[in-house]
Amino acid sequence: MIYQDGKTLLDVRGLRATVNGIEILKGIDLTVKSGEVHAIMGPNGSGKSTLAKVLAGHPAYEVTGGTVLFQGANLFDLKPEERARAGLFLGFQYPIEIPGVANSQFLRLAYNTIQVERGKDELDPLEFDDFVREKMKLLEMNPDFLDRSVNEGFSGGEKKRNEILQMALLEPHLAILDETDSGLDIDALRVVAGGVNQLANKDNAIVLVTHYQRLLNYIVPDYVHVMDAGRVIKTGGKELAVELETRGYDWVSAEYKAGAGARA
Amino acid sequence: MTVVATHNYLTGLLAGRPAAPATPLAWFNDLRAHAVDRVGAATVPTTRDEDWRFTDISPLTKISFQPVRAMLALAAADIGRFVLPEAGARLTFVDGVYAPQLSSNDSTAEVSTIAAGLGPYGAVMQNHLGRHAAFENNAFAALNTAFLNDGAMIVVPRNVAVAAPVHLLFIATQPEAASYPRCLVVAEAGSTVSLIEDFVSFQDKAYFTNAVTEIAVADNARVSHVRVQREGAQAFHIANCAVSLAHASRYESVSVAFGARISRYNLNVEQTAEGAECSIDGLALIGSTQLADTHTCIDHGKPHGVSRQQHKCIVDGSAHAVFNGKIMVRQDAQLTNSSQSSRNLLLSAKARVDTKPQLEIFADDVKCAHGATVGQLDADEVFYLKSRGLSDTAARNLLTYAFGAEIIDRIPVASLKHTLEQTVLAQTSRLS
Repeated sequence: MIYQDGKTLLDVRGLRATVNGIEILKGIDLTVKSGEVHAIMGPNGSGKSTLAKVLAGHPAYEVTGGTVLFQGANLFDLKPEERARAGLFLGFQYPIEIPGVANSQFLRLAYNTIQVERGKDELDPLEFDDFVREKMKLLEMNPDFLDRSVNEGFSGGEKKRNEILQMALLEPHLAILDETDSGLDIDALRVVAGGVNQLANKDNAIVLVTHYQRLLNYIVPDYVHVMDAGRVIKTGGKELAVELETRGYDWVSAEYKAGAGARA
Repeated sequence: MTVVATHNYLTGLLAGRPAAPATPLAWFNDLRAHAVDRVGAATVPTTRDEDWRFTDISPLTKISFQPVRAMLALAAADIGRFVLPEAGARLTFVDGVYAPQLSSNDSTAEVSTIAAGLGPYGAVMQNHLGRHAAFENNAFAALNTAFLNDGAMIVVPRNVAVAAPVHLLFIATQPEAASYPRCLVVAEAGSTVSLIEDFVSFQDKAYFTNAVTEIAVADNARVSHVRVQREGAQAFHIANCAVSLAHASRYESVSVAFGARISRYNLNVEQTAEGAECSIDGLALIGSTQLADTHTCIDHGKPHGVSRQQHKCIVDGSAHAVFNGKIMVRQDAQLTNSSQSSRNLLLSAKARVDTKPQLEIFADDVKCAHGATVGQLDADEVFYLKSRGLSDTAARNLLTYAFGAEIIDRIPVASLKHTLEQTVLAQTSRLS
């Protein structure tokens, strides 16, 4: 929801980034305020996931230009773990499997790290167990997933629920959810979206990176941005997503190119 | 080093052999005498021997290790941290010498020292002792057999399922001591037993452990074997374990190597009848200048055999891990199902691993899978953990721990598993 007094959480200006020397982001502008839900859409290879990873600090990407302020501070001064502790969360498109680490152990370690950062008490395993089980209900997750290795052998839907569970535990100020809807059947999508909606409030913000409008039926965005070839080429309201669903992306690109021609 | 010198070295070790106890059993005396002969004919292996290509054992020969003359008196409290509450029997050996005051036995298996078992179980022992761990061409197995006296004997009667594990605790206390741990397990038809061998140290000077374990698993019997090598930092640890599997029997082994300056573990599992199964898991976690060498051989001799093996090494500092995993599938062994995986984690630029899966398949209708990987921590896994707030160090430690914990997790004894998890956690925190 758009609030008049929303604080600017994320301010991206002219962001450029490369991977293996190839420029993927070619000047991104994006402002996200507290309380808002943004959707970033666009065809394959448009740079959506790269933007998400660059903001989280993935080491494979090199930032070559532009500025990003997160809660007023230079994001690029922070290491990935410091960004997480400052309240930035990336929900992974492909959550990593970690055999040998119990999910409960991982979740508690992450939770306690953030708690310490916020000057709050850590939870011991028993306290945490009660706490996390409550959060799992939100996502209709079977508690058995606590005892299994992190994401190992989880189905696509289970992995995504586990991502949103982490979001629920860490209570980020800004959550960037990268293709959280991919690999989800319609029931799982409803549950996951319901979880995200319950976590959204006027003090945090959510950026959804998605291919399809389907997710946006459940999590209604305030803004829809269309990316193509490393730039945001159009921004609109939630109705833009519906239009993209019926008309595809080509017309936006054409419109942008025509506009670029006129600007030139 | 010349052949003559190494030859003399081995016979020099023999010189420390205590006088043979008065025993009326001719076969036992003959066995030892034969072993003495073989030691006399043997030389210390060098890196020119294919089996020792990567493991230079010559530092061993700088010291003439001798059996202890007087046993250090230890109290029960001294070994408290090694006691496993789950165990039904514990035999403790201090520098290779049986320590009755540190041992207990409530096992439903027949558990005794080899010396004490010779009377009541002479016939069983004659059938098995020295029959599985061949020493004709194995200098160290021969040396151990030449010292046969103490050691552990576990006989599980037909159809008896022994719930509580038998714990063998080998403690090193004296510098320059040689000890020759020996263990014989005979699981009779339909029986079940768990064995834990734990090699620990109260000192950090050089000493020499040369162990031999023989395990005979009869039809439909099942043996679980946990082996923990946490010797002192300057120790030399050489061990041979030979397992013989009869019809539809099963052997499950988890071995971990944390300690010793140079360690070598040979595990030979022979499937001698149809439908035998084995699962073999190994972990070497080493740093500084340690060398840990594991050689395994799984010999599928008859049809419908199953084997599953996973060996992992975590190597830091300028340490060196060696794994040689031979899988033999003989012509008779149709419908064998075998898998082997060797995974290795190098934590420093100077760390080294040599891994060699070795499949020799003579049957034509079999399923054999094997794979080996050597690498560093996965960058995406590290990033995933950091994106949840974990520091770089914490993320790397957790992933290193997890790599090893997958093997530790297979240990079926909760208290030991917990202790070793803490060891791995402490080690991996220290490593990076």
